[in-house]
Amino acid sequence: DQVLRIVPETFQQVLHLQHLCSTLVLDLWKPLLPEDIWAGKDLHIRVPAPLVQEVKDSLDQHMISYKVLIPDVQELMDQSMPRERSSHRQVPEVYVYTQYHPMEEIYQWMTQIQKSNSELVTQHYLGKTIENRTMYYLQISQPSDKPKKIIWMDCGIHAREWISPAFCQWFVKEILQNYKSDPKISRFLQNLDLYILPVLNIDGYIYSWEEDRLWRKNRSPYMNGTCYGTDLNRNFNSSWGSIGVSYNCSSEIFCGSGPESEPETRAVSQFIERKKSDILCYLTIHSYGQYILTPYGSTTKPPSNSEELMHVAEKAAAALMGKYGTSYEVGSTSLILYSNSGSSRDWAHMIGIPFSYTFELRDKGTHGFVLPPDQIQPTCEETM
Amino acid sequence: AVMELPPSHYAAARAAALAAHYACYRRGSPGRGLALRAVRRASRQDIDDVGHKYYLELVLEDVLDKDSTVNCTAEVLYHLGNKNIAPDVQFTIEGELKNTDEADNVFYNRIKSLEKELVAEKIPDSHGNVPPEMEPIRLLAWAASGYVIWQNSTENTIFQLAQIKHVKQVKRIDEYLEFDYMILLHEMVSQEIIPWQMTVLWHPQHTVQVTEDSRQPKHASE
Repeated sequence: DQVLRIVPETFQQVLHLQHLCSTLVLDLWKPLLPEDIWAGKDLHIRVPAPLVQEVKDSLDQHMISYKVLIPDVQELMDQSMPRERSSHRQVPEVYVYTQYHPMEEIYQWMTQIQKSNSELVTQHYLGKTIENRTMYYLQISQPSDKPKKIIWMDCGIHAREWISPAFCQWFVKEILQNYKSDPKISRFLQNLDLYILPVLNIDGYIYSWEEDRLWRKNRSPYMNGTCYGTDLNRNFNSSWGSIGVSYNCSSEIFCGSGPESEPETRAVSQFIERKKSDILCYLTIHSYGQYILTPYGSTTKPPSNSEELMHVAEKAAAALMGKYGTSYEVGSTSLILYSNSGSSRDWAHMIGIPFSYTFELRDKGTHGFVLPPDQIQPTCEETM
Repeated sequence: AVMELPPSHYAAARAAALAAHYACYRRGSPGRGLALRAVRRASRQDIDDVGHKYYLELVLEDVLDKDSTVNCTAEVLYHLGNKNIAPDVQFTIEGELKNTDEADNVFYNRIKSLEKELVAEKIPDSHGNVPPEMEPIRLLAWAASGYVIWQNSTENTIFQLAQIKHVKQVKRIDEYLEFDYMILLHEMVSQEIIPWQMTVLWHPQHTVQVTEDSRQPKHASE
């Protein structure tokens, strides 16, 4: 956490600072209330670590100058009073990974995970959703002097697929609980960094908790607010709008008003585009169906590295089956499922990421999207 | 001409799903649900002026006991042109299915002895939970939805029962049990959730009957 000192110069700046304080959870040290922020008067705010970059970017954008008063609040606190050494609690033991969690709790979980595992985990700002919620990803990275390749995994691009975010959380927990004791995981982390986005479609996920359990798309308003939602997995710039989509907002596979029309899509694509030369593998987690899908959905023409893609996927499916006997089918979407365009997996491969897969987790339809919580553990264990 | 298909091919998967739902309709009960486990072999025949015929070897599993499976052969004929005719389905189950007479009778007697008509909502609930006393109600819907799915399937659809929105028992003077269901079907290709009303009749020793069914407008369930 950092404490910033700002002296607003104009009324505009005061307004913006008040807005920042109310929309983000910032800790006003001086003055105590946003109403007391005045032009010409000293302002001290404590910004929680995950928000520091975002706040500074926003201040820069509005040409508000600031000074960092306290670069590390925790350090200062430690110096002034001894901190109780926390026990072997590296992962919150209170968090129940075998239950589904609402978004509020997932946000808290991310903060907690970073706090308890700060040597390995950092939480980063990715972007904002259409309803202005913040998207964060977790970076799991073992400090090292050699450059590492990246594996990216996102969950929850479709709101109703609750087992997907549950898996991302499970995955993070497993890695953090076992990286010291499991030789496979520790070797993994010596050579690779993991970037995990636990919930991509945050607005949709919340909507599926509060209003409609079977909602799929994001919550983007169209047609003057009479129709909502773009299918984010039809919105990427990979043969966008060509097949397996609808141009009608009322459809579940509405591809949006154009490629990357949705802020959630752009948040992901801009980041991956920047890092693409270091990304070895792109994984996107869905349900249901029990498939490991390879590119492409928009054409049956196989990708250039098709043999290698299939080989790795088949080994993954075999390992998965070894755990509880669950069978996953492997193949390209256009051949074993249906044709679609604008998927994130196709896009990742088209921009040059060699290994790009969609996982469709349990089950095969008996429960479908509404998978009971007693299947969270076996699903996650076998997929691990 | 008969063409062998890879079992994972989407055309085979769709025909297999249809066959499995049909089998569940004909063999299902409050004590038994059947689901598609795997497709072993598939081939397709294009018959001029008639339609596309699929020959399938499937494995079905018992919804209540995943380790219990049976082999099944099926033929599915999708008629050319007129989309209002349901596909023709024939199937043979190899071996015996577990006897559910006892479970069926227990359920039948339980419902018959209720003072007030049974009413329930959201099965399973949002978290996937089904209270044990509702499991037979769910399996009955699973079997009945097999009929609705069969009647409305084409080569471009894969349906699954997503959730029972609402179910209400209708008291009858004869020995049949009658339930009025509002279900949500998930269609995989379009990804749509389709509300559907169905009136279901059942008695132990009889197959499940759907006497009335109608597709509902999208927001009917909310």
